[in-house]
Amino acid sequence: MGEETFKLMQGNEACVEGAITAGLNFFAGYPITPSTEIAELSAAKLPRVGGKFIQMEGEIASISAIIGASLTGKKAMTATSGPGFSLKQEGIGYAVMAEVPCVIVNVQRGGPSTGLPTSPAQGDIMQTRWGTHGEHSIIVLYPSTVREIFDTTIKAFNLAEKYRTPVILLMDEVIGHMREKVEMPNREKIAIYNRKKPSSSLEKYLPYKVSEGDMVPKMANFGEGYRYHTTGLVHDETGFPTNNGKIAEELINRLVHKIENNLDDIVDYEEYKLQDAEEVIISYGSTARSAKSAIDVLRKEGRKIGLFKPITIWPTAKNQIEDLSKRTSRISVIEMNMGQYFLEIERIAGKYSKVDKYGRSNGELITPKEIVSFIKEG
Amino acid sequence: MVSQLIGKYYRTGSLPHIWCPGCGNGIILRAIVKAIDNLGLNQDDVCVVSGIGCSSRASGYLDFNTVHTTHGRALAFATGIKFANPDLHVIVITGDGDSAAIGGNHLIHTARRNIDITTIVFNNNIYGMTGGQYSPTTPTGEKGTTAPYGNIDANFDLCELAKAAGATYVSRSTIYGANMIINQVEEGIKNKGFSFIETISICPTYYGRKNKKGNAVDMINQLKEMSINKTAYDKLSKEKRNGKIVVGELHKSQRTEYTEEYEKIIQSF
Ligand SMILES: Cc1ncc(C[n+]2csc(CCOP(=O)(O)OP(=O)(O)O)c2C)c(N)n1
Ligand code: SF4
Repeated sequence: MGEETFKLMQGNEACVEGAITAGLNFFAGYPITPSTEIAELSAAKLPRVGGKFIQMEGEIASISAIIGASLTGKKAMTATSGPGFSLKQEGIGYAVMAEVPCVIVNVQRGGPSTGLPTSPAQGDIMQTRWGTHGEHSIIVLYPSTVREIFDTTIKAFNLAEKYRTPVILLMDEVIGHMREKVEMPNREKIAIYNRKKPSSSLEKYLPYKVSEGDMVPKMANFGEGYRYHTTGLVHDETGFPTNNGKIAEELINRLVHKIENNLDDIVDYEEYKLQDAEEVIISYGSTARSAKSAIDVLRKEGRKIGLFKPITIWPTAKNQIEDLSKRTSRISVIEMNMGQYFLEIERIAGKYSKVDKYGRSNGELITPKEIVSFIKEG
Repeated sequence: MVSQLIGKYYRTGSLPHIWCPGCGNGIILRAIVKAIDNLGLNQDDVCVVSGIGCSSRASGYLDFNTVHTTHGRALAFATGIKFANPDLHVIVITGDGDSAAIGGNHLIHTARRNIDITTIVFNNNIYGMTGGQYSPTTPTGEKGTTAPYGNIDANFDLCELAKAAGATYVSRSTIYGANMIINQVEEGIKNKGFSFIETISICPTYYGRKNKKGNAVDMINQLKEMSINKTAYDKLSKEKRNGKIVVGELHKSQRTEYTEEYEKIIQSF
């Protein structure tokens, strides 16, 4: 058990393995390509480890069920794609507002609407950020290798528990279905974070009160004696609704700042050949793999180019990206859409560096060759 | 006795409630609490889940584990809660719009699974919270703000729907008969499976006013006039059945319960 082992694994399978390692014990879902294997594997594996799987009547029901399960103390997850992810938005907002930890996997496919069900796409970048209505912050992670899917899924659970927030694990059809040989980490070395529980007496528990210097309230499980109320309405420390503008402002500020003020902890990224780089590619998910190959080719030809691959997509790695923009002359954002993350990068880096974009939305992968010619043309 | 119930089971800090004078919601809520008291359930083991609507505000007033969810989704949240922790007594409070319109699909599937949840629909035949639009239970011909010329939709018989979908306890009551509600909620909680209780309520503010039904007392009296038990109803001629509310226990059956079936799978490994 303690040894590193090698396994041939599919991306979606690595997600389930990572989730169970992180403590997943409740899954509710509804089948949709290309995420279905996550539901199927959860159905097979969870009861074997005492966990629970339920196929709900749709995606809204699924997100609702995982929020309910999380209130009883479970580590809960759902997985979906395009149309299903659209349906989950109201529930995601509820989890943000009521501060219920949960993980929502979105294995992207081509859209809008039913779109290109079996083709890869990265068109949900902005939807993950602003899909649910109202002012909020959100954590979105996006791995690009099978091993990284395993690690990032664990991180998604850890962040959900630590910050009491829904975390979106973004993938795409390519990495979801790809098989790779994976070195499985030694389980004993994996850090698992569990939500902080109240230590106050039953009568004194205020479910949404934060202690001095902390931004995340302690969370009791339903059934343990701390009887409390949760609502999607603006609420005070007691959990009961209020229309008081000052309390509303404090609440929304706290919900946003508990994430935005902890970038060092939340932001994760990979740097590839960046030390001496004069040019940078920013790319994520499966497209980052093509970008790496392109960089290898361009490096052989003598170009000083490197990759910045955000793994945390939201909140953005703004400090790192700003630094890069100050020491390089050109940043190319390459993504399987028509420039969604480009908007964010340009906002951060545009002041200091030239920011270009390359991408499209026709369900075809962006190849290393294309990237090489795009960089050379620029 | 009433104040004792309030002191024990209501969160007095969250009162006064938002309901209009004459609203039927308070009568049903008190009956639910009385049923829980009669059964002697431990408050820590009770979870009350509601959707969105005037009726669904009830969860916040009660001193249990309570969740005020999103519109129509109370049963889906409740399914997650009950499945995750079968030791909890899960009670869903919902409106006719919440359970039969936007949440209709969840109602069907929760009944189909026969998961041990007790659902009480506060049926006031209208969307109260949003100001009096017609709902799936507004009788044909009656008015709402979105049916200014009379509702042309056929209205749902929710009990028939729940029964057909697989609920193992189905009953109907009205706020005229609080004891009947108490008894039905007790039976519903005791039933190991999905229990569905439709309680006909009144919304004097919108439904009453739009349809010239008089004040709250008049409306309660109308409920009394219209109520009839199943045996008596079956003896009536077709014409006389019109406008009647069939009350009492309407269906009871036995079927495997969802969380118990899943537990068997877990135990098989
Ligand atoms: C997704 C969504 N759609 C619409 C609404 C607006 N809305 C709030 S309550 C309600 C209807 C409530 O009617 P009902 O369930 O019958 O409860 P009542 O207020 O009559 O007790 C509606 C349409 C909402 N909150 N959320
Ligand atoms: S609007 Fe109708 S249902 Fe809502 S509180 Fe008033 S009387 Fe009750």
